[in-house]
Order: sequence, then C-alpha cells, then structure tokens
Amino acid sequence: MKGILLVARRDFWAYINTVWGWAILALALLLDGLFFNVFGLTATAQYSADVLDQFVFFTSGITLAAAVLITMRLFAEERQTGTIVLLDSSPLSEGQIVFGKYLSGMAFLSLFAIATAYMPALIFVNGKVSLEQIAVGYLGILLMGSAGVAIGTWASSISRNQLLAAVISTVVSVFFVTCWMLARLLDPPFKAIVSYLAFFDKHLQPFQEGRIDTQGVFFFVSLTFAFLLLANRSLIARRWE
Amino acid sequence: MITVEGLTHYYGERRAIEDIRFQISANEIVGFLGLNGAGKSTTLRILAGLLVPSAGSITIDGVDLVSAGSSARARIGYLPEDPPLYREMTVREFVAYCGELKGLDHATVQSRLDGVLKVAQLTHVQHRVIQELSHGYRKRCGIAQAIIHKPKLVILDEPISGLDPRQIVEMRQVIRDLAKDCTVLISSHILGEISETCDRILVLAGGKIVAQGTEAELASRAGSAAGARLTLLVRGTAAAIDAGLAAGVPVIKFDKHEEGAGLWRLHVALANDDREALVAALVAAGVGIRKLVEDESELEQIFLGLTQGASA
Repeated sequence: MKGILLVARRDFWAYINTVWGWAILALALLLDGLFFNVFGLTATAQYSADVLDQFVFFTSGITLAAAVLITMRLFAEERQTGTIVLLDSSPLSEGQIVFGKYLSGMAFLSLFAIATAYMPALIFVNGKVSLEQIAVGYLGILLMGSAGVAIGTWASSISRNQLLAAVISTVVSVFFVTCWMLARLLDPPFKAIVSYLAFFDKHLQPFQEGRIDTQGVFFFVSLTFAFLLLANRSLIARRWE
Repeated sequence: MITVEGLTHYYGERRAIEDIRFQISANEIVGFLGLNGAGKSTTLRILAGLLVPSAGSITIDGVDLVSAGSSARARIGYLPEDPPLYREMTVREFVAYCGELKGLDHATVQSRLDGVLKVAQLTHVQHRVIQELSHGYRKRCGIAQAIIHKPKLVILDEPISGLDPRQIVEMRQVIRDLAKDCTVLISSHILGEISETCDRILVLAGGKIVAQGTEAELASRAGSAAGARLTLLVRGTAAAIDAGLAAGVPVIKFDKHEEGAGLWRLHVALANDDREALVAALVAAGVGIRKLVEDESELEQIFLGLTQGASA
C-alpha cells in the first residue's frame, strides 16, 4: 500500500505543481458553471430534483472529458521523459504502479468534484433536494469518472506519447457514451449487449434521479477494474518484449 | 556476488545477445565495452530488471533476478545514459522520493540522505530545483537516486557522457567512492575512461562476451595489439627515413607524407612497442625527430583487435 500511495502522491503533486493541472481544473469548472447557468438556472420554473438531475448529467460528462486530459500524461509522459525507468527498476509491482497512477487521477478528479459543490449547494438552499440525493449524484459522477480514469490510465500505458494516449482514451470513452445510438443500428443479441454498455443512457440515469443502482455501481466498478487490469498487463508485457 | 549464466535474449526472431556469462565480485568496478549494436544496452536493461531475458539466469547477492524480480530490483541501482529525473522536484526531495520508491521507510531515507548527497557531491545544491541544474549535476542526481537504497550492484550507463573535463575528474572520484560499498558496472564508449576507472573489463561483440579481464590480461590475449601505432614529425631526406625504418626495428607498416621545408609526417605501426629503438635508429640514420605521438590508446588497440573478428 505504501508503494501505491507513493506513486499516487507524486503524480497528484505533479498535477498541482503544474499549469496543466490548474488549466484542466479551471476549464472544467468554467464549462460546468456555464452549463449549470444555461440549463439549470433557466427562466422557466423547474423542479429542484430536475435541476440536480441536469447538474449530475453534465458534470459527469465534463468529468469524463477531464479524465482524458488528466490521464494522458500518466505513463506516456514518463516514457517521453525517461522517468518510467525509475518505476520499472523499483521493487514495486506493475499492479502497484498502475493503481497508484489511477489513484492520483481519481484524487485530482475528486478535487474537481469538490470544487463543483457550490452548485448543488445552491439547489439545496433554494430548492427541495436532500443531502442523500446530492451524495448519490456525486457517487454517480465519481463512478463514471473512475471508469474514465481507468480507460485513460490504460490508454496512457500503451502509448508512446501523450497525444496518442488522449486520442485512444477519447475514442474509447466516446464509444461508451454513444453506445445507445450504436445499439439502434444493431439486431439482437448485439443490440442488448451494446445497449448495456451505454454510460449515460443505461447506467448514470438512476444516479441523476438520486437512486443508487447496484447494477450501475457494478458496471462502473467492473469497467474500472477491467481497464486497470489491461494497463497492468501492458506494463508486464513491456518487460517481456 | 553477481553471477550471470547463459544470458540470451531475442527480439522476435532477432538474437540480441547469446550465452553471456560472467561473475563480478563485491566492490569491483567492471567496465562494459562494446560497439553499437553489440548487445550492451540489452544486457544492461536485463541486469537492471527492466527486461526479462529469453534464457539464462542472473543472481545478485544470492537472489535470482528473473524469479524474484521485486526483491532483486531492490538490490540494484541503475543510472541510464539520460538520467531519469523529476525535474520539478528539488535535489533533496527527488533523492528522498527515490529512496522510498526503492522500499526504504521515511526515517531510513532521512538518515541516509546527507551521506548520499555528500558521496554524489550534491550537498551544496540539495535545495535547488533539478530543472535549474547543469548536466553534470543532473548526472550526479542520477547517481544519488541509484545508491540511496545501498544496492549491491550499481549500473552506470555512460556516466561521463556530456560532462566537461572538471566534471569528469569529479565523477571518477564519485565512482571510486561508490565501489567502497557496492559493485559497480560501467558501460562507456570512452575507452580511456574505462581504462582509468575500472578494475576489470568485459568486451561484448556480436551479442557475445569475446574477452574479459584486466587491461593487461586483454593486451596479452590480443597478441599483436601489444605493438604501437605512432605518428612522427621528422626532418630529413626520404632515403634517410627509409634507412632508419629498415634498421632492425620490426615495423608492420608505415607511410610518409612530405610536409614541406624538409619535414615529413610518418605513420608507423610497430609489431612490438619498440619506440625507443625506432627513435634511435632514425637518429642514427641522420633523421631529426621533432614530435612523436601515440595514435590510439593501448585499450583502443586491444578493443579493436578483440572485436574485429567477432564483428566480421
């Protein structure tokens, strides 16, 4: 565990100590605030639960996009600068390195999530939503963010440069976002399979409504685990090249 | 203490190294010589635990690197040619971080830090951000990260490349100090440096170890390489020069170029290092010697002699 936290700590501080980290945070918060203003605080009357629903929806989308930008550097940058040798020649296992990197990404995404708290706080103060509803919404945001960070960690682990890592994780993330559209073009049983993979349409909706959906939790956790496992395998494979 | 047996590695169908075997004792400084493509980098990457060999075994202090990778890597310090550095950190932060990365606890790292910074001659820059440091200091940061955990084997890939003459002298001292506590394996293209720093030399060619031993042992093994290649600037007539060179000193080959004003530049390869006799013969033939320089260091001749056959 110490090794995991060591890797996570350095990568987290690398976000904090660079303009890149703050630029991502600022851009994500700007977009989130803009969407909240446009879609949440409309002139027409809305139920506060619907406003929270909207907030969880677009904050999840921004979290997913931010995950691409945050994770693209995790391994690809270390490979570009040669510092990957420090990790590869250390006694840490590939699993510890991968999980440490993932945790740093999640810690930074959590920082973003905390910084968005003023928006649901506004809904809470001025409307009728419970703290539980807000907490469940954030659980959905972080679960989707977790899947996004895992996808990005894997993409970075197989890429020689950061741009390629960003492209790969964007393509994979967009696939999961647009699955509902792809499903319409397919026949059973593929229709059901692809439809099941849809991030927003299938798995985030209950969290937007303030309901914990165990199927959704299982889906996002499984996806996170699967991509972290792939990243682990890609690091191991490099030792056997 | 470090035993390498039958080390072989393939990249796909291409064989990079084959059946490499050697042993290195504790506190020995061993030089690793080889032309580009000889398999040096592959061997070093395997020894550093970055690559798993296709066949063979490496034992470091009794621990097998292949089967017990994690604990074996804790016994190795590795400095690649381009030092791997987190440049946003200060020197002290970076070395401390690497210590913990190598499995040391925080208290142990703190207790060792001052000593390691002293060995690497970094004490006076320990609070500076690595980004601001010169290439020489960055190399030393690389060495500090490689030794903070007191490894049994330190691998230094081209440790003096890019350093200025003063930094080279300082780096030699750093390397000698390292050998007090561990075994050092140095890879370098600069043969004079290997000759200057190392107790023993391993010569790699065509993916195989073609020779190993001290410089003197390699010289005797290389046979004809024990001769000398000289360049002379002399004053005299062509006939006198020919007579001097024919006067009993075994010359493998020579050629001469007229420089004007009665001066000649001679390139002479002697079968044995009989340079005093050569000078005496030329002087006796009426040739004035203005300058005599050795073309290549002895190690260069040995190295070329040993690798020529293997590379062909």
